Amino acid sequence: MKPLKSIVIATALATVAGGAMAQEMTIVSWGGAYSKSQLKAYHEPYSAKTGVTIINDDSSNEAVAKLRAMNEAGNVTWDVVDVVAADAMRLCDEGLAMEIDPDTQLAPAPDGTSAADDFGDLLVSECFVPQIVYSTTFGYRTDMVGDTPPTSVCAIFDTETYPGKRSLEKRPINNVEWALVCDGVAAEDVYDVLETEEGQNRALAKLDTIKDDVVWWSAGADTPQLLADGEVVMGSTYNGRLFSVIEEQNQPVAMLWDYQVFDLDGWIIPAGLSEERKQRALDYIYFATDTQRLADQAKYISYGPARASSAPLVGKHADLGIDMAPHMPTDPANSKTAVLYNFEFWADYRDDIDAKFQAWLAQ
Amino acid sequence: MAALTPISRKPLSMVIPAVAAAGAFFGIFVGAGNGSVFLGIIGGAAILAALAWVYITVLKNERMARWITIALFGVLGLVSGGAMGAVLGLLAGWFFGFFIYWLYEGRYRRKLLPYMTSGQVLWHYGFRVVCGAIFVFLITPILVVLPLSFNAEDFFTFTPEMLRLDPEGYSLKHYRDFFNNNEWQRSFKNSLIIAPIATIISVSLGTLAAIGLSQSHVPGRRAIMAVLISPMIVPLIISATGMFFFYSDIGRFLEGTLGMNKNFVGYLKVILAHAVLGIPFVIITVTATLVGFDRSLTRAAANMGAGPVKTFFSIQMPLILPGVISGGLFAFITSFDEVVVILFVGSASQKTLPWQMFTGLREQISPTILAVATILVVISIALLTTVELLRRRSERLRGLSPS
Repeated sequence: MKPLKSIVIATALATVAGGAMAQEMTIVSWGGAYSKSQLKAYHEPYSAKTGVTIINDDSSNEAVAKLRAMNEAGNVTWDVVDVVAADAMRLCDEGLAMEIDPDTQLAPAPDGTSAADDFGDLLVSECFVPQIVYSTTFGYRTDMVGDTPPTSVCAIFDTETYPGKRSLEKRPINNVEWALVCDGVAAEDVYDVLETEEGQNRALAKLDTIKDDVVWWSAGADTPQLLADGEVVMGSTYNGRLFSVIEEQNQPVAMLWDYQVFDLDGWIIPAGLSEERKQRALDYIYFATDTQRLADQAKYISYGPARASSAPLVGKHADLGIDMAPHMPTDPANSKTAVLYNFEFWADYRDDIDAKFQAWLAQ
Repeated sequence: MAALTPISRKPLSMVIPAVAAAGAFFGIFVGAGNGSVFLGIIGGAAILAALAWVYITVLKNERMARWITIALFGVLGLVSGGAMGAVLGLLAGWFFGFFIYWLYEGRYRRKLLPYMTSGQVLWHYGFRVVCGAIFVFLITPILVVLPLSFNAEDFFTFTPEMLRLDPEGYSLKHYRDFFNNNEWQRSFKNSLIIAPIATIISVSLGTLAAIGLSQSHVPGRRAIMAVLISPMIVPLIISATGMFFFYSDIGRFLEGTLGMNKNFVGYLKVILAHAVLGIPFVIITVTATLVGFDRSLTRAAANMGAGPVKTFFSIQMPLILPGVISGGLFAFITSFDEVVVILFVGSASQKTLPWQMFTGLREQISPTILAVATILVVISIALLTTVELLRRRSERLRGLSPS
């Protein structure tokens, strides 16, 4: 027993010590096909260039809560975190994320345009470096909709033509907008209506008509799995996940781009890192958000790069060799009825409507 | 068992309802798979009752009847469910052919005592069916995972190709992913570092505590015992939250004040947290074995001049070893399976297999998780078999007949 014990301990210590020699950084992201695209487009070239080992933590889903706890305990273990724009704004307001100056800390475009101009309106917070434009939209089973595939988002409320379960995200955002649009509200009036008590009730009443047919999802991988299983006839999820289901996994699924909702996703650096880790994180972000790198990511997943200068560089899918442009949410043919996530409205009304929505769900 | 019990043929009035009931039960599952449970029950009962009646009153040839049943169910399965259906159908046909004649000829009484009443016979077999059902419920979730891990697609779905037993539907790609993916390899390595060290710590401390607490002169030993066992009783999420803040402070002290390596401190925190969780299991199993330990042996050893340490290692330890080992196994499994505390206390560079499986399930639902689960199941079976074989061997060497 004794020699065995010392061998085990010695090996463990050697491994620990050996691991400590190389520089490491922990990057937090969403997992799945999305993390894989970041691995190929950013992490692998960055590791090859600098020798830094990158550790993935697929915890972006609870990034805000975890960063709060880490900050409180004085034990921030994350170096760079991938979050949606709304979360980045909250983290920035609470002082949990570091401010990043686009002019000095981000790479300019190849033609010399400053990063601030290149990102333009997408720089929605001082702490946030946008990476991609993604959309939340619908996919449907082509073999379960008969001869009339849906063309309008209102198909989710039409249980007669399209019987079967549909999956929706377990939160009010997007769902209430779709409900109002399908209840006859003009797209430009949606948020005016939603500001009022009656408007909110009206949206929930519309959702109530399909409540028994809804499977609620909370992780981006749920809808693809449900669609692949044939458990649902249609469901909302991120467009990149649907692209993966359709083109890479060859499932009988098609996209429904109508009223897709654009949102931004990007990097933040947690506040309170040591100087050494902060420099490394900034160096990574400078590298990973330059024009070429953002365009490279679009080879692996169908999200639109956030830089204007990256768009012309978007080419073909790395493995499949298909043209990626028509699969981008920002493609003109797909974005006729697209809307941008309303950051201001949801910053003001999120808590109220969330509470109402949860109460309605529990009924 | 008992002497051969004479058997006799049973009346149709008993055979046909019993066979129909079995058919109805079978029909529930077939019906549920094809849309209507109700139709399944009726159909199953009707088909089997009709078969039994035909065989007994018209055909009167057992061998031919059994072959007919197998062929019939096989064809039914093939029509409704393809190759997989055919295999299941053949099995069902074999079973029902056997079952009808087993009842009709009264063979079910052959191995039972002659004086048992019909109620006792029914209970005899009913008990076995219930036990079998419990086994099925325990094992099926594990068995479902095995074939799904060979899925050629990236979803938790039995594809039509898999159900047809088409080789196209199966692949080893999720196993390849496990062995080639850095994240999985890192978490596998971490599990192999953290669990054994945590086990060694909890076994050493837990055994010492159990021996100390079994001495009658220790004051307040019940209270101490309660405190030591509390990690097992307090909900894990509460201990985990507490540990998060506690170990964050310790980590800051070790890193900041003592200047220790960040990675090393990370492992240290997780290992200590897991050791704390494992200690109660060791204490409980070792305390239980100590109940059967004869105290006069230690006194005899002391009488012959052995110090307490010598006594412990040469007398006490070998005798309570089974308890220590099973406590160690529990502690190992606790650490190896633990997902809550590691999510709080660990950082991504210490992520273990359960962590990777947990986030993987939530974020990507990749069958690689099933491949890992299958590998772990195979490893555990191999480990348990080895331990059992070694135990039998050592008993054989000691001249005992293995039990």
